[in-house]
Formats: sequence, C-alpha cells, structure tokens
Amino acid sequence: MSDVALSIRDLTIAIGDRKAPKQIVGGISLDLRAGRIQGLAGESGSGKTVSSLAVLGLLPANAVVGGSMRLGETELIGLPLRELRAIRGRRVAMIFQDPSSSLHPQIRVGAQLTDHVRRHLGYDKKKARAHAIELLERVQVPGAEEALSRYPHQFSGGQRQRIAIAIALACDPDVLLADEPTTALDVTVQAGILQLLRDLAIERRLAVLLVTHDLGVMSAIADDVAVMRFGRIVEAASREQLFTAPQHEYTRELLAALPGAQGAKGEPT
Amino acid sequence: MRFLTLRVPKAWVTPLGVTGTVIAAIWIFVAFTAPLYLPYDPLAQDLPRLQEPGIDTLMGTDALGRDMFSRLLSGASVTIPLAMLLVAVSMLFGTVVGAIAGFFGKWFDEVLMRFTDLVMAFPTVILAMVIAASLGPSLWNAVIAAVVVSWPQYARMTRSLVLSLRTQNYVTAGRLLGFSPAKSLRVDIAPNIVGPILVLATLDIGTAILLLSGLSFLGLGAQPPTAEWGSMISAAMQNFDSWWIGVFPGLAILTVVMAFNFIGDSLRDIFDPTSALSRTEVNA
Amino acid sequence: MGETTPVARRYPARSPLAGYLLRRLGTSILLLFGVTIVTFALTNLVPGNPIAAALGEGAASNPATVAAYVEKYGLDQPLPVQYATYVGNLFQGDMGTSLHTRQPVTEDLLKAVPATVEVALGSIVVSLAVGVALGSIAAYRRGRISDQVVRVISLVGLSVPTFWMALTSFNLFFLQLGIAPGSGRLSPIYAPPPHVTGLYTVDTLLAGQWESFVDAMAHLMLPVFVLSLFTIGLLTRFVRTSVLEVLDADYVRAGRAKGLSGPRMLFGYVLRGASLPILTIVGLAFGALLSGTVLVEAVFAWPGLGTYAYESSTSLDLPGIMGVGLVVGVIYLVINFIVDMLYGVLDPRVRLG
Repeated sequence: MSDVALSIRDLTIAIGDRKAPKQIVGGISLDLRAGRIQGLAGESGSGKTVSSLAVLGLLPANAVVGGSMRLGETELIGLPLRELRAIRGRRVAMIFQDPSSSLHPQIRVGAQLTDHVRRHLGYDKKKARAHAIELLERVQVPGAEEALSRYPHQFSGGQRQRIAIAIALACDPDVLLADEPTTALDVTVQAGILQLLRDLAIERRLAVLLVTHDLGVMSAIADDVAVMRFGRIVEAASREQLFTAPQHEYTRELLAALPGAQGAKGEPT
Repeated sequence: MRFLTLRVPKAWVTPLGVTGTVIAAIWIFVAFTAPLYLPYDPLAQDLPRLQEPGIDTLMGTDALGRDMFSRLLSGASVTIPLAMLLVAVSMLFGTVVGAIAGFFGKWFDEVLMRFTDLVMAFPTVILAMVIAASLGPSLWNAVIAAVVVSWPQYARMTRSLVLSLRTQNYVTAGRLLGFSPAKSLRVDIAPNIVGPILVLATLDIGTAILLLSGLSFLGLGAQPPTAEWGSMISAAMQNFDSWWIGVFPGLAILTVVMAFNFIGDSLRDIFDPTSALSRTEVNA
Repeated sequence: MGETTPVARRYPARSPLAGYLLRRLGTSILLLFGVTIVTFALTNLVPGNPIAAALGEGAASNPATVAAYVEKYGLDQPLPVQYATYVGNLFQGDMGTSLHTRQPVTEDLLKAVPATVEVALGSIVVSLAVGVALGSIAAYRRGRISDQVVRVISLVGLSVPTFWMALTSFNLFFLQLGIAPGSGRLSPIYAPPPHVTGLYTVDTLLAGQWESFVDAMAHLMLPVFVLSLFTIGLLTRFVRTSVLEVLDADYVRAGRAKGLSGPRMLFGYVLRGASLPILTIVGLAFGALLSGTVLVEAVFAWPGLGTYAYESSTSLDLPGIMGVGLVVGVIYLVINFIVDMLYGVLDPRVRLG
C-alpha cells in the first residue's frame, strides 16, 4: 500500500462573521496517497473547493478551520504562517481552475516558473532557468527556451495550464492539489492535461487531490473517488466500485445526470 | 443593483457618515438662514480696522472695518446655495447627455462624447478660469463656467451605466412590450442609475465649492464688496499679519467640503459594489 | 495534435505597440486642434469689445493700432478664416501681447514653464510615493483602524482649499515659525544656476553648486507639500481600491500558494497588477496638479505658469489668460499621451498583441 502523504481527519470549515459563521464543511476525512489520484466530486456549494483551499491556508481571514490535516509529521491546521509559507509550493502545490487568471498577466513565464524555486531551493539564476526549461519540456510546452521570455497571454489555454502544472512541480512537492484543472479548457484539450496529470502522479509519486464536479473527468484518471454533498462526504470508494456499484442515492443521481446515462435509463433528464 | 430605498441604509450610520451629515446640515441651515441673524452688516465698513478676534467681533475685522464673522456667515449663504444649484444643473444636463449617448448610441454617442472629451481635455480650474475670464468677472459667470466644466463627468458616468444596463434582460423585455425609449429610460434604467449619480453629485458639491471659491480667489468670481470665502482669502494676501482674515474663511470651506466628502464616501459604500465592505463570497 | 501552432513559429506581426501608439497619437492631435478651437471660441466670446480686451483700453482708442490689429488677426474675415489665421499665428509662436507684462505672451510662458514643471514633478513624485504607500496599507488592513484613518486622511486631503493651505502654511512655517525658506525658488543670496533644463534642482546639481541645490530643494518643499495634499487624497483612494481588487485576484492567490510573500509579493505581484489602473489615475492627478499650480504659485511668488495665470486673471489680461489656458491644455494632452504610451509599455498584452 502506498504511503499516506496527507491525512485529513474530521475537517470542518465555517466562514462568516464571528457571531454567525456559516458552516461550509461539516467534518470530512480523506487520505492522499503517493502515486494515487484521489478524486473529490460534488456540485457547486458542496464544499469541495473550500476543502482544497484549506490545506494551504488560502481561505479568507474570517474562516474557522477545525479538525486535523497531517502532512507527514506536520499538523497543518494552526501552523504558524512562516512555516506554512515554507510548505506552500514546496511540499504541497496547487493548480487552479482558470490558468488565464491564475498566471500573472504581466510577468514572464520564466519568472513565474523560477521565483518560488529560488526562494525555496536557493537555486541561482542559471540553475533555476535550466530547471525551468526542463519542466516545460516535461509538460510538453513547445519551444521551451523561447517560452521563458513570453507572457501567459501568448499561449493557448491548454498550454497555460501545462505551465501552471510545471510551476506546481518545480520544487518537487509530495502533494498536488488540483481544483477543477480542466473545467475552463476546451474539451479537445482536456484529455491531454488529464493524461499529463496521471503520468506525473505515477512518475513522481505525487499524491494528487483532484477536485471537480465533472464525473467524466473523474472516471478518466481518479483512482479513488469521494463524493461530497452539503459539506459532508456521502460516499467514498475506488473508481471501479463507485462507477459500477454506487451505494449512496446521491451518487446514483450524479451518475444518472451524466450525458450518455440517459441512454441506459431511457429517461430524459 | 439595488433600487433606492427610503430607509436609511445601515452602511450610512458610520462615524464618518454621521459626522458629515451633521456638519453639512448645520452649514446648510446657516446658509439659508444667516441673513436673519448677522451680528453686523457684512458690507458696512464702520468698525475699527484690522481688529483681532475679540468679544465684540468673534473673528476680528478686515482692512476695511467689516466684521469677519458676519462676512463668514454671509459667505455661506452665497457659496453653498450656488454650489448646490450648480451641481444640480450640471448633473441634470450631464445625465441627459450621457443617457442619450448611451441609449441611442452610434451617431449621438460619437458627437456627444467628442464634446465631453473636449471639455475633459483641460484641467478643470484652468478651463473654468479661461471661461470666467472671457465672460467677464462676476459670480454668475463663475457659476456658468463651473457648470461647463462639471457636466462631462456625469455624462461619462451615465453613459457607461446606461451601456451596461441596456443589455439587461428586463430592459429588452420592456422594449419588446412596446416601451418607448423615454419610458424605458424612465422606468427601467433611471432607478438603477440614481445611486452612483447621487454619490457623484454629493462629492461634486464639495468640488463646486472649491471651484467657486477658487475662482473668486483669482478675482474671477464674486466681486467686491460681496462677502465670499474665496475672495476673503485673497484679501488676506495683502494683510499677512492679520491671520484671522484668511484662516477662518478657509476653515469654513474645509469643514463644508469635508462634510460633503464624508457623506459622499459613505454613500459610495452603499451604492458601489466594488467597494463592498466585506467579501466573503466562496465558490465551494 | 490539438494544440495551436508553437509560439516560436507564429508569423512575426507588425508591432502592435506601434499601431496602438499611432492611434493614440491621432486622437491626441485631433484633441489638440479641439483645444485650439475652444480657446479660439472663447476669445470670440468676450462680451463687449474684444479688441479692447486684447489690447487694453488705452491702445484700443488708437484707430491705427486697432486697424493694424484687425488686419493681423484677420478680424474682418469670416470665422473659419479667422480660425486659420489664429492657428497659423500659433504655429509661429504668436499668442498676442500680455497686458500686464507688456511682453509677448509666448515669451512669458516659455520663461514660466520650467518653474511649474519642477514643482509639478516634485509633487507627483511625492504624491505617488505617499499615495501608494497609504493606499496599500489601507488595502492590506482593510476594515481595521488603520484603514479608517487612511480614509479620513484621504478625504481631508481632498477637502482642503489649496490656495488657503498655501497661504496658511506660508504664514505659519515661514512668517511665524521661521522654519521654511521665503518665497521664490532661491534665496536672494544665490544666483540661479546656468540654464540646462530650467529646473533649479537639476541644474544646480549639474553645475556642482551644492549649497544652491540645498537651497533650491528647501524652497521647493512647501509648494510641493501644499500641492500634493489633494493628489495624495486622490491617489490614496484609488490605490486602495485597485490594490483591493488585485488582492482578490486569482494570480495573487496562486502566488501565495507558491509560498511567496513579503516584498516580492507586494511589488512583483500586487503592485504590478495594480500598476495599470494606478497609471490612469496618475494622469488625472496631473490635471489636478496643473489646476492647483494656479492657486498655489502666486502665494509663494513661484515664477511659473500658475503665478502668471494668477496675475493675468486678477488684472483681466485676456491674452495672458488665453495663453495659459492653451499651454496648460497642451501640456495636459502631452501628459495623457505619455500615460497612454506607458500603458502600452506596461501591459504586455498591448505591447506584444
């Protein structure tokens, strides 16, 4: 059995003013294992994205987080900011939904690939640059060397997400959090990104958390899937189990809503 | 966007908003009632000259023997009503121009916006100065000059608001139901423009007061012997030692303008979504 | 394949920046003519006798002078021709004769421009530094006491009548407290430096006149301080709003997720992201500054456009007033064009297409 890189236990998240905080996540537990992709599925409002943001402490200031998130020996909840910053991008990395807004439009790609590397790993300019080229080649962005001096808007959507993945991998993290990584991309491009994520997970023994509402995406690459609803996990199983024999009624509803599912049931949605 | 409600929105009841409203209310009251209780005739030159502030004359007297306190109060009744009038006129004119440009578009838009751009190509005081000088120095000409330089900002704002509202579903629905452009503007668009325009107008009252007193300071607005804050400060240039001649009118301007700016800023918090006081939206 | 053609193999397009700048230049030139039309229209708007306004009562009673004036400016021709003559004269640098200095307006203005440029530049630098600092602090500490304090400071700055502040601070700091130097650009014991840029601070440095430099800087302080109050108020507000927006942006969150923080984050990510809207406000702030000089310079006897405008308006020197209006209009136009240019340079999407 692979090692558990990140262990989440009874995570609760409440957001809002101090007197009446709204509970978004009501206690979820998950394990992220090296080399395996853990899917976290659910509709908008289910609390899945918030959960992924909580890992790196990226929630708004008025969020109250409870429970436990252990990264190896380190408890992330309540970790002082200075130490959290040392972990961000270094041991746990994150990619976001829309690469056109999560890459800084006014900074060259090369700089965005190397600024955190130089901070975390102390590389000098030359080494960082060589490292960046290697990364771009691994994520299959063509013309890696010229790409370094270009800006994000000069790339296509799929290429931008690859760049974002390269940035996430730069410091060789143990955990990768992917929040809706393909939702903003063209359908034709999604498969390539997903395949890349899968290959990288295996190759680098990455523990991946894949957050998405799209069960089709989930079925493509997730090893295990947890379904969230109203801030709780209603069902968690391996991919085969979930898609062939869903236990919970909500899971069955979600699966039924997939395009193509109507054919089997013979009912319009 | 919210419709304008009659209840005082909670966001107004901030220290800033309340302070501003109180001070502005006092000044407006003074402006409209001052002539009833002036201690001395603001134009009479029969007091001892250049007296320091004392019991008889709370703010001293100027070089011609006039009571500064009376002149200050009188100045309020000159500047404040005129400023409010000026803003009302600019707002009306500018909003109409902007609405036409935004709603009907094309040709109207091009021509009307060129005029707007032309006026905005000059720094305000400079253009107002040039206009007031051309028309001849008088308080009314200064007001006209101020209106000319003030209306474009309303036009621009209204135009962009109308442009963004024009494509909303309920506006299109109205047109399909047979609303005339006038009715569409009045019923669907106007209520949603009132807020931001009102914010602009409130802040603009302060600007108008600064502009009018500035023009008077330059000799282009109120003419002697009218008691106007700006020209009183100008007189202080000749009497550097008598600090009371310049300090009090300036403080008057400062407090009035501050009051309106405080109010306008608080209003902005209510009506402008981008300056929302708290952002706790979460996309789960 | 799926992906678009690799970046390196795209056709090298004609520089989009050049296209952008050319369009902006075109608009600016059109506005330039617009500005001349406005001043021309206003000179013709003068009620009463426009010729008396231009020549002064005395000269206007002399038929020969009047006739010469009419011929020179084509006043007996139809309006479009008059305008053409007007523009033609402008190109030759003729803006009439000032009534209060009896010199050609153009000469007066040329002498006055550097002084105003010096105080305006000083003011914009100070305003930017303070405004960005305060606005950023307010944004980072949104909702807390420091935010409220900054907000009040900014509102007060916007409310102060500049001419009064000039008078009061001159009175207070120079006459009463004696800590600020007197009026003018230099103390009487120093001679102006050899003319290179017209900016005394720069020229004294270039000439190695260290004491003069210090004196010139000292004289610059109070006018710059007074002038900056309004623009600091303006900038603080807008910087706060822009920074707030940027702090919410995805790329800032992504930057945090990478472990970035501190100056790298603030300057490299946040302020850079806010740089474009801030640049726009700087352009507007310059307009406010130019307006402000009219109200401030005279108090400090600062021999710039502002004092000239003040003297012209108090003596109803119409050619002088028109000249100032035109020149300031042009300066403002140039500033806005420079802002547009910088916009194109700072935003890679415009620069590279």
